[in-house]
Amino acid sequence: MSYLIDGKTGKWELVMGLEVHAQIKSNSKLFSKASTFWGGKPNSQVELVDSGMPGALPVINEYCVDQAIKTGLSLNAKINKKSIFDRKNYFYPDLPQGYQISQFEHPIVGNGFLVIETEDGQKRIGITRIHLEQDAGKSIHDQDNQNSFIDLNRSGCALMEIVSEPDLNSPQEAAQYVKKLRAILRCIGSCDGNMERGNLRADVNVSVRKPGQKLGTRCEIKNVNSIKFIQQAIEYESRRQVELIENGQNISQETRLFDPNNGETRTMRGKEESHDYRYFPDPDLPPLVVNDDRIEKIKNELPELPDEKKKRFKEQYKLKDYDAEILVEDQFVSSFFEELAEKRDSKIVVSWVTVELFSYLKKKDAQLQDSKIKSKKIGDLLDLIINGSISNRQAKEIFEEYIETDLEASDFIKKKGVKQVSDKSEIEALIKSVLQKNVEMVNDYKKGKDKLFGFFVGQVMKESKGKANPQLVNQVLKDLLSK
Amino acid sequence: MTDFKNLDISTAKECLLKKEFSSLELTEFFIDRIKKSNLNCFITNTFENAIEMAKESDKKISRNREIRDLEGIPIGMKDLFCTKGVRTTAGSKILENFVPFYESTVSNNLISDGAVILGKTNMDEFAMGSANTTSFFGNVINPLKSSEENTKDLVPGGSSGGSASSVAANLCMAATGSDTGGSIRQPASFCGLVGLKPTYGRCSRFGMIAFASSLDQAGPITKTVKDAALMLQSMSSYDEKDSTSSRKPIPQYLDFLNFDIRGKKIGLPTEYKVEGLNSDIVKVWDDTINLFKKNGAEIVNISLPHTSFALPTYYIIAPAEASANLARYDGVKYGFRENSDDLEDMYELTRAKGFGDEVKRRLMIGTYVLSAGYYDAYYLKALKVRQLISDDFKSAFEKCDVILTPTTPNVAFPIGEKQNDPIEMYLNDVLTVPASLAGLPAISVTAGKNSNNLPIGMQVIGRPFDEISILAAGKLIEEYRSFL
Amino acid sequence: MSIDNKTVRKVSKLAKIRINEQEEKKLIEELNNILGWVDELKKVDTEKIEPMLSVFNESMVMRRDEVFSETSDELVLKNAPESKSGFFVVPKVVE
Ligand SMILES: [Mg+2]
Ligand SMILES: [Zn+2]
Repeated sequence: MSYLIDGKTGKWELVMGLEVHAQIKSNSKLFSKASTFWGGKPNSQVELVDSGMPGALPVINEYCVDQAIKTGLSLNAKINKKSIFDRKNYFYPDLPQGYQISQFEHPIVGNGFLVIETEDGQKRIGITRIHLEQDAGKSIHDQDNQNSFIDLNRSGCALMEIVSEPDLNSPQEAAQYVKKLRAILRCIGSCDGNMERGNLRADVNVSVRKPGQKLGTRCEIKNVNSIKFIQQAIEYESRRQVELIENGQNISQETRLFDPNNGETRTMRGKEESHDYRYFPDPDLPPLVVNDDRIEKIKNELPELPDEKKKRFKEQYKLKDYDAEILVEDQFVSSFFEELAEKRDSKIVVSWVTVELFSYLKKKDAQLQDSKIKSKKIGDLLDLIINGSISNRQAKEIFEEYIETDLEASDFIKKKGVKQVSDKSEIEALIKSVLQKNVEMVNDYKKGKDKLFGFFVGQVMKESKGKANPQLVNQVLKDLLSK
Repeated sequence: MTDFKNLDISTAKECLLKKEFSSLELTEFFIDRIKKSNLNCFITNTFENAIEMAKESDKKISRNREIRDLEGIPIGMKDLFCTKGVRTTAGSKILENFVPFYESTVSNNLISDGAVILGKTNMDEFAMGSANTTSFFGNVINPLKSSEENTKDLVPGGSSGGSASSVAANLCMAATGSDTGGSIRQPASFCGLVGLKPTYGRCSRFGMIAFASSLDQAGPITKTVKDAALMLQSMSSYDEKDSTSSRKPIPQYLDFLNFDIRGKKIGLPTEYKVEGLNSDIVKVWDDTINLFKKNGAEIVNISLPHTSFALPTYYIIAPAEASANLARYDGVKYGFRENSDDLEDMYELTRAKGFGDEVKRRLMIGTYVLSAGYYDAYYLKALKVRQLISDDFKSAFEKCDVILTPTTPNVAFPIGEKQNDPIEMYLNDVLTVPASLAGLPAISVTAGKNSNNLPIGMQVIGRPFDEISILAAGKLIEEYRSFL
Repeated sequence: MSIDNKTVRKVSKLAKIRINEQEEKKLIEELNNILGWVDELKKVDTEKIEPMLSVFNESMVMRRDEVFSETSDELVLKNAPESKSGFFVVPKVVE
């Protein structure tokens, strides 16, 4: 195992399991017809079940059931043909029924696994189960000194709780696991995986032990909502545990919160005193029974999953492992890539997507899917590079402006006056003038100072205001210098 | 004003259609009686609405168009059914000011069939009680009196005590009830009426305030068996808003009138001769058995061996479910709140002050039997015994068509009795609870009277969804009970 | 199994029902009586019996994924003891 924590008394191992809550991408909620639309007016998407009105009764959404089955199948898991809904009882202002409808002993999905890439190669992470449950509402605590405010729009939205085995041993592995899981969920369309909006969030169970010894006491860090935070929380929490143990103290099994402001975890107040959820089968809901036909139909409709796609990308487009991995992380990105690579050299396409496009999106803090960028827009620009109208460098320089204009690529470069000089005699004239200005250096070069070649190229490009075709410059320069 | 006291629904309907009197007259008659009554049957009156509904019915009748099954019939609605725009309390302070903006399916069915709703009837708080002495809105008084001298007011039974008392006192023609462990049948028996608890799943639970979801079932309380059939016809429906609503076809319940009891097998469970069964009741039971015999039915002895475990089973399952069902009354979204700066205090004080003693007792029991370390010993055990009780009935119905038992071990008792020991109160339901646990339809029909002129009800339990047979058996009891 | 004051207090915390000392005493007695009475069930051999979850024997009908609203924020908040700017208001929660 490559990741170990250095303590006073030696090395420590990190053992983790994740419980990921993924909000199912459905129109209506798990047990009510209220809309799941994000960002509505507070309490405007709340039907009787979602506000716990007296006499309200739950009726299950068939689409959500199918999404859980689909997710299970994508994670190589067993689908339980009969599952039971239970009530998980606790009081909290954003839990309007006084219980959450969840699945306890008999979840809809059983054992499965997914594979992640680690430094030491591929690693299989076990999935213990996936169950369906209701989301809670939203509490706002920081608007007022005396009060908290409750919005029930999220109350009753369908969640899949995806529980992993304690197979994860480093912050990187945890991050890889969440990325892979998110890629699969997005690929099959069961969840948006938008962590900022909280529709994918993780509870991280962290414990430490001396290598080879039995599992230590774990702490659960609740609701961590970004991959970066997951890594930070794990790093902090595991060090905290090591220090405690090395100072002769015990770890108490508890629920903790991660504070992104200081990168620390802290005990969650309140929740601890009564940790007795009194699960029992919900008498409002008969057992959930799914038949083989239903499961088979969903299986047949599964799209190409990220692992298969990655394999294909590596073969078909001759991609490096790393590039293939990031392209398949997002379903939308991989289709975008394929549209571009269909008639173009995949080498150029992959670098433009993973470098130029991604850094642009990062700068704008946007997702490709939500941006209005079409593959044709990028493709047109690439075609101008490929046919030599502009240079790669020129294209990079105008990229941001080009993305934001409505002009066609050819019109845009015309308007900007960006053009690549590919006329051989014009370039020869340019080079000659540069060489004449630097006679000494030419002599040095001829004496064997090869490095100066790059200097000459640079000067020529500068002289041409970046418009000279770099390949042609290289070629002509070589000819002239060897004379 | 015409005296409409002893009118049943089908006669009233005939007269309305013949325009012998109007729904408005009928409605005003009952409104007047409710105003003069001091039995505390209603928590909320809806007289203005009722008059509008009656006028609407009269219009339809005068035009002779779109006349519905219960056109213009004034009834009472148990305050457990959410009624749109009309306060619904479940007999509790915690819902004292709750006004639903939605209509329960059962009340909606009745309103759509033309019934005129006079008001919301009093009940034990959250349907937890057998004497209607746990309502935040005060005790309900049984209009019937013991023939003994200087006797106290009697309980109407519970939890549908307001419904039963109001029908018995001619404050309405019929009323809705709900039955979790006997809450329709026992008050019907105490008030000399007919009470029918249908098969679980026959009437929708949507909009009916939950007590114990796996047991709760709506049903009618009426003066006659035929009225029970008419009310049940309207109340029953398949409802996609309730995941435990049955999709089995609904028969024409009036077909019970053509049902021949001859040759049918009437089961007598030996285990129902419980300790403390009143001797007058034993006598009426025997007389009723003979009545069936005389009318060509065959009497068979059956055994329901787990009967004595039904009540303890019920008093684990019902409070456990209630402890979750009543968790929503927390002072956040609706209802009573005891204000405090601290959330925990707000919760605990709201619930301490908003619920009455009996409700709190059951919530404590229910919470306890589900809590870590006790779940298996109590709750899970009870679910298993429930299975055995249900199996008992299944085997019994291989030998008989309906089962005949008394409804209650005793007749109506004075208000204030049995208040000190909860278990003594719970024993009221000893004969009704087993059918509830098994989800079976059961009817209570008055079969006789005790020496103090108080009514004694007989219970007929049927196979699942065989309401017709129990109505038919009930009809026989009703027809011949004058033999006493 | 008998209930002592520690248990009653724990249960009252779980059920979120505040009880005073007098009520506590009374509840200990009543709950013990009731539990003693339901202990009767121990006599039943349930070794091979499956727990009965419901008397409802029909399969569960699933609904289509369609949005339909019968409420509004106004209706949802109409009965609230306290609300402000479209939110339910509760005493501040400390996490
Ligand atoms: Mg969790
Ligand atoms: Zn969860």
